[in-house]
Amino acid sequence: MLDSLLALGGLVLLRDTVEWEGRSLLKALIKKSALCGKQVHILGCEVSEEEFREGFDSDINCRLIYHDFFRDPLNWSKNVKAFPGGPLEVLRALSKRTPPSSVTIVLDSLSWLLLHLPCTTLCQTLHALSQQDSHSDDNSPVKKVHVLGLLHEELHGPGPVGALCSLAQTEVTLSGMLGQMSAHILLRKPQQRPTHQTRWFSILPDFSLNLQQVPAQESHPDPPITQVDPTTHLTFNLRLSKKEREAKDSLTLPFQFSSEKQQALLHPGPGQATSHIFYEPDAYDDLDQEDPDDDLDI
Amino acid sequence: MFPELNNLLNTTPERAEQGKLTLLCDAKTDGSFLVHHFLSFYLKANCKVCFVALVQSFSHYNIVGQKLGVSLTTARERGQLVFFEGLKSSVDVFFQAQEEPHPLQFLRETSAGDLRPLYEFVQEALKPVDSGEVTWRCPVLLVDDLSVLLSLGVGAVSVLDFVQYCRAAVCWNQKGNMVVLVHDSGDSEDEDNDILLNGVSHQSHLILRAEGLATGFCRDVHGQLTILWRKLLQPTTQRERSLTYQYKIQDKTVSFFARGMSPAVL
Repeated sequence: MLDSLLALGGLVLLRDTVEWEGRSLLKALIKKSALCGKQVHILGCEVSEEEFREGFDSDINCRLIYHDFFRDPLNWSKNVKAFPGGPLEVLRALSKRTPPSSVTIVLDSLSWLLLHLPCTTLCQTLHALSQQDSHSDDNSPVKKVHVLGLLHEELHGPGPVGALCSLAQTEVTLSGMLGQMSAHILLRKPQQRPTHQTRWFSILPDFSLNLQQVPAQESHPDPPITQVDPTTHLTFNLRLSKKEREAKDSLTLPFQFSSEKQQALLHPGPGQATSHIFYEPDAYDDLDQEDPDDDLDI
Repeated sequence: MFPELNNLLNTTPERAEQGKLTLLCDAKTDGSFLVHHFLSFYLKANCKVCFVALVQSFSHYNIVGQKLGVSLTTARERGQLVFFEGLKSSVDVFFQAQEEPHPLQFLRETSAGDLRPLYEFVQEALKPVDSGEVTWRCPVLLVDDLSVLLSLGVGAVSVLDFVQYCRAAVCWNQKGNMVVLVHDSGDSEDEDNDILLNGVSHQSHLILRAEGLATGFCRDVHGQLTILWRKLLQPTTQRERSLTYQYKIQDKTVSFFARGMSPAVL
């Protein structure tokens, strides 16, 4: 995975969040390029040199050159050696001094630079850095200087983040799930479609990567929901056949008042006239002699 | 100091870690109990403490401190505690002629100034002295709270610079600790506060986030606390990176329990 991130050259943008910090992946990439024999210049604005070098072997550490903007970036205390032109001047000086193929420039972090410098100036400097290859002679294969930039994406609006993304050849967005880190990688190869891939990994204390399987939750996605027809198992019909419709139309409903009904009510038939009610009280029936409506003043 | 919180953080005053920045963050609740915890914790740990208190008066912190078993008055007399009382000092900025810049000098400046005078005050307060007296273990800077600085007109980037300078001076140079409180307004419109909160989050080693319950006020569960360890690079320690507990604040202590396991519920 590290090889593919470093293959294209140019700007590699690492976008991290508070929960999934990207500095350890940045250090893994630094280790990788140091092992390739490159000199690594680090523009450190967020952590001290000791903290940054922590965890690297001595042979890697001797390939790292740390430009310390952590202790006194704004020149508040006058006693420390200051960089007169600010961090960008250091970058420009670096790009002039060294042949691009042998050096990796690490910006820790782009967020700090974005908060303190205008976005356009920063983008122009980064663009100039990655355009260095145009000056090299035409016979050699084109090699771009590697720039690794760490960006805390919550700190910036969509505008500056978008501007930096458009400059980047490789974009890595860190996230995670269930305690495992994942990187969504976007590679912009020249004259090809950009490719997307997602890798799950953990970073070992010696800054090597341990690629992992996709966590269980994602590897067994929910079975695809088959579209069930809700009308299959109904206890009633939704439509009527022609015969059924005729039967329904010919039916007279009980509340419909027709002339036959009226006749039947006005002239009771012979069966009704002869009917009687027979009432035989129970043996233990408590018959009340009093008139139940006695209290009503009728 | 709340022993239960120490257990959760796996620490005691005797073996407090050094060189760390702890961010306390509260959303929809009052996270000041965490400030009181860390104040009494570091006073008990025999550290030299500089407390930049911008929210409450000295007597308030003193009264709460006494409940937790520390006397701020005594600590101040012994030289262990340097208490910067923002509420009183802010008045001095206006009504007292001063030769050297006041820590809250930015209040007098028309344009949004930086916090360099405040940083210099902190640096002076925690400067190691060879007086031959009692030696303190390590310096600690406590700020209650950084969001107030935004309300006083300082830009978020200036506050972040202040935090970075303090980190360089206290955490890195003197191997001390920093604890700062930032409110989470939960309001996406408040961009400055978001930048401050996220910026300090990215700088910190440990984040304690106190949140009110989503379901609203409850008599027996006052909120939930999320503990997030950042920059953990030892997979050997089988500790979770993030833990969430619910808590209930009592008179002199705070009890923590797993979510949904409040004694009042069970």
